[in-house]
Order: sequence, then structure tokens, then C-alpha cells
Amino acid sequence: MSLLEVRELKKRFGAVEVLCGVDLALEAGEVLAVVGDNGAGKSTLIKHISGVYRRDSGDIALSGEAVSFDSPKEARRAGIETVYQDLALADELSVGANIFLGREPIRRWLGLLPVIDRGRIQQETQRLIDSIESHIPDGATTVAGLSGGQRQAVAIARALYWDAKVVILDEPTAALAVMERENVIKLSRMLAAKGVGVIYIGHNLVEILEVADRIAVMYRGRIVHVTRSEETTQEELIKYMTGYSERQENAA
Amino acid sequence: MAAHDANLSLGRRMKAPAATRTRHLRKWGLPVETLVLGLTLALWIVMALTTSTFLTANNLVNILRQVSIDSIIAFGVLFPILIRGIDLSVGSVVALSGVVCATLLTAGLPIPLAIGVTLLLGVAIGSLNAFAVYRLGIPAFIITLAGLQAFRGGAFLVSDGTSVFGLPKALSTFARAEWLGIPSLFWSMLVIGLVLHFILSRTRTGRYMVAMGSNHESARRAGINIKRIVFFAYIISSVTACIAGMLLMARMSIGSPTAGVAYELNAIAAAVVGGASLFGGRGSVLGTFIGALLFATIANAANLLGIDSFWQMVATGVLIAAVVYVDNLHKRRQSGVK
Repeated sequence: MSLLEVRELKKRFGAVEVLCGVDLALEAGEVLAVVGDNGAGKSTLIKHISGVYRRDSGDIALSGEAVSFDSPKEARRAGIETVYQDLALADELSVGANIFLGREPIRRWLGLLPVIDRGRIQQETQRLIDSIESHIPDGATTVAGLSGGQRQAVAIARALYWDAKVVILDEPTAALAVMERENVIKLSRMLAAKGVGVIYIGHNLVEILEVADRIAVMYRGRIVHVTRSEETTQEELIKYMTGYSERQENAA
Repeated sequence: MAAHDANLSLGRRMKAPAATRTRHLRKWGLPVETLVLGLTLALWIVMALTTSTFLTANNLVNILRQVSIDSIIAFGVLFPILIRGIDLSVGSVVALSGVVCATLLTAGLPIPLAIGVTLLLGVAIGSLNAFAVYRLGIPAFIITLAGLQAFRGGAFLVSDGTSVFGLPKALSTFARAEWLGIPSLFWSMLVIGLVLHFILSRTRTGRYMVAMGSNHESARRAGINIKRIVFFAYIISSVTACIAGMLLMARMSIGSPTAGVAYELNAIAAAVVGGASLFGGRGSVLGTFIGALLFATIANAANLLGIDSFWQMVATGVLIAAVVYVDNLHKRRQSGVK
């Protein structure tokens, strides 16, 4: 039984069929990269898994149980965390406040009023950022002052802390400098090593081949090819991404 | 992109100093608040040295009274500003609540009941604004501008175009009272300020407002109940305006439909000069108080020095522009963008 299974997932926006029957299986402790050209349906696929969109038909099962999320919040509660391309951090809040946003630990002030347990947030955040060695200076720093890579680390740390079963990384290195890319790759591997199933959406094939255990290629709303990363090459992946191999087969 | 990358390497090289600097800033409070507080103190010192009338108990108590009502309104307006909204209706709500409360009192309603009804009016107005913003999607600027007109009109309608006289003696006694040498209005402001500061800095609701103003999308994805936060912010704004309206009514012993004209702008100016960002996510109760104190001091000083009130308006405008400019400059330097 796979950690996450997607079967025959279909979605249509008006006249356009964006997903035409997607099958995908994600195992615990692996990084599964999903690659594909713009408009291949990668974003739409992960938005179904993370509860943003509702499917027209098909099944999604988490740890063998069929699930159907009405909101990202529900998906999150079930253990599916998404780190979005734009990171979605609140700039004016501290690193700790962002990691705990929406799930703040509460204590009773004077035994009465519910207030945010800032001491605990500070403590846990410090422990967390020490454990991922991500060069975040201080859990109390506001996110506004952080670099792109540090922000990415905060977003991943958030997933790490909340014991996610599945973490979806949507183009996590899109806006990063080369040095910081390495750090994100390291963090992704760290998530997998902790038994998390990681779905890694990306463009850069060199990076994908480095980070992923397996690679799924999407083309026009379908997964056309799944392979172990050590058994494939950039050239092969590009063939599937551009539909070249499909045309070859049709011609044959 | 290049600037961004340069930024990253800069950030790494300067990691240690940057961390110390943030700690330093936290210790000394936000720079813009410190700056405005410094300005205010400088003005106090200059006034104390150059005039014999400024540093008298009477005058200082006067400033405290003035700053109290201004601050209460400004505290309220801070909340919509924090979530990247605005409330332009508070000046008119001050007038409306004053005449409504006065009318109820002259009709023989007991004081607590009249106050209660007026506060409920505040809740209703705030809910109306929030409903228009959240459900109908009307920009806050527009709906509260409409409110600025409509509630002023309402104040004239309720009072039949004139002031409402004949309020119970207890109210003016309260407004003139002093405890420990500090006016009751100032105590009222302190209590309201502390409660709002507490909400903002210690509770989930406060944190969610900052999160929402800072990044609406991240707040939504974090599962925050946006609707609840929007209603909370606008209700706080209207209710504090009603409280200020009743205090002003008590102080003047009349309910006047012309009270509070342009107060919304003073309130917004106080919040912004005190470090709030009109783009949401930034601002504090303490900073807002300091902003209001600066404006009250300027008004008082101009009055004592016999400076034309038109010049006072010009000075206030210049000051708002200057403070926001300096604050932006500082923020840009902090984030490393040249």
C-alpha cells in the first residue's frame, strides 16, 4: 500500500480538460519529482491533493483510506502540507509566528484569558531551526529580513514541525540563488529521511535528477512516464515532456 | 533578479551584524516610534523653556484631555489599517454616537442603558462596514467614505440639525474629574489602549490581523477565519469611535452633530506617524498614542504661541510626509535595498 495514491483523476475547467485521468503513487520516505512543461497540469494535480480544487472524478487515498478534502485546512489536518511557490509567509511576523500560524499553542493568562504561548513558540522554533542548519539567525526575526533560501527553509521547517505525512514542494528553488538551491535539496532529502513522502514539482532537470528518487513526467494532463532517477537521463525526460516519444509511438 | 542575488550574498556575509542589529532595534523599540517620541519630547522642552504657559498643570492636563479622545479614535482606526483596510467613517460616528446617546439621555433613559444602546450602534455600524467589505467586496475606502457622509447626515437627522442639550450632571462631572491628578478621560484612554494592546500582542485574533494585513494569502492558507477577523477589526473601529463620541459629548455637555469633523484623518495620521503601514501588517497601539501625542502637542503649542491655525495644518501635513519618508528610508536600508 502506498502512502498516497491517485487514481484516474479528472478535472475540466470549462472546455479544457486539464487532467485527463492521472494515476500516481507516492511512497513514504521518497522524493517523487513531477516534471512537465508549462500547462501540463502539474499545479492542477497538486492543488487537488492539497485540497484547493475539487476533482470531477477519480480517487485519492492517503495511507489506504479514500479522502476528499473541501479545503486546504482539511488536507493539512490529514497530514498533507504544501509549500507554495510564493512561500506564503507573513512578512511582518517572526519566523516562529509563521511556523505556528493558525496553530498557536495557547496558555491561560492569569489562569483566565487565552493568550499565545510565546515562550513555547520561541523555544520550539529555536530547536527546529537548529535541527535543520538553515542559517536562520534567530526565531524571533521577522520574515521580512530573510533571504529567499531562508524563507524556503522556514516554509519547509513548518511542514517538518507539524509531522506531515506528505509534503508538496511547488517549485521550491524557482527564485533562489545557486548556493541556496543546494540547501533546499538537502532539506527535501531530510524530509524524506524522516519518512515523509515528498512531492517535488520542478523545472530544472539537473536539480530534479539530483533530488528525486523517482520522476513522473506529465504531458497534456496525463502522467506519461514514471522512472527511477538513476535509470534516466535529461534527454529521455525532455522527450516525454515535449510529447516527442508519444508521437513516435503513434507513428510506429 | 541580480539585485536579489546580490542581496543574498550580502545577507550571508553580514549575518552576525544583522542579527545583533535586530536585537538592538527590538530592545529600543521601533525606530519610527522612537523618532516621533523624540520629536514630541523636543517640542515639550522647547515649549517649556520659551513659554511660561506651557509647563503649567492646567495646560498639561489640557493636553492630556485632548490626546485622550484623539487616541481612542486612532486606536480603533489602527485595526482596519492593520488588515490593509481603512475606516473613514469614524469622525461621523463620533458625532452620531454623541447625538444618539444625548437624545436617549434627554428622553429619560438611565445612563448605563443609553451607553449600552450607543455601543450596540457601534457594533452595528462596524458589522455593516465589515459586511460591505467582506461579503459585497466594496473597497473599504469607498464604503467608509459613504459612511462618512451617511452617518454625518444621520447625526443631523437625529438631532434635528441642532445640538442636544440638557444632559445629566453626572456626565460632565465625570468628564472633568481627575484621579491622582490625571483626567478621567486619560484613564479611559489608558484602559482602552491597554485592552487593545493586549489583544494585538498576545491573542490569536491580534496575530491573525497582522498576518492578514501582511499576506492575505498566507493567512487564508493557514486556515485563519478571515471573515471573523474582518468583522472584528471594523467593529473595534466603530465601537471605539462611539466611546470617543460619548466622552466628547460628556466633555462638552452637549450632543453635537458637527462634532468630530475630520477626526478620521487625524486618527489615521496618528496611527501612520506612530509606525502603522497603510499597506497593512504593521502598527502598534503605543506608536499610535505617541503619534496622537505629537499632534496634540503641536496643536497646543501653536495655540499658546498664537500661531495661525492654518500654519498648524500645513505643519501637520509636512510632518506626516516627512515621518513616513524617513521610515521608508530606514526600512529600505534595513532590507539591504539601495
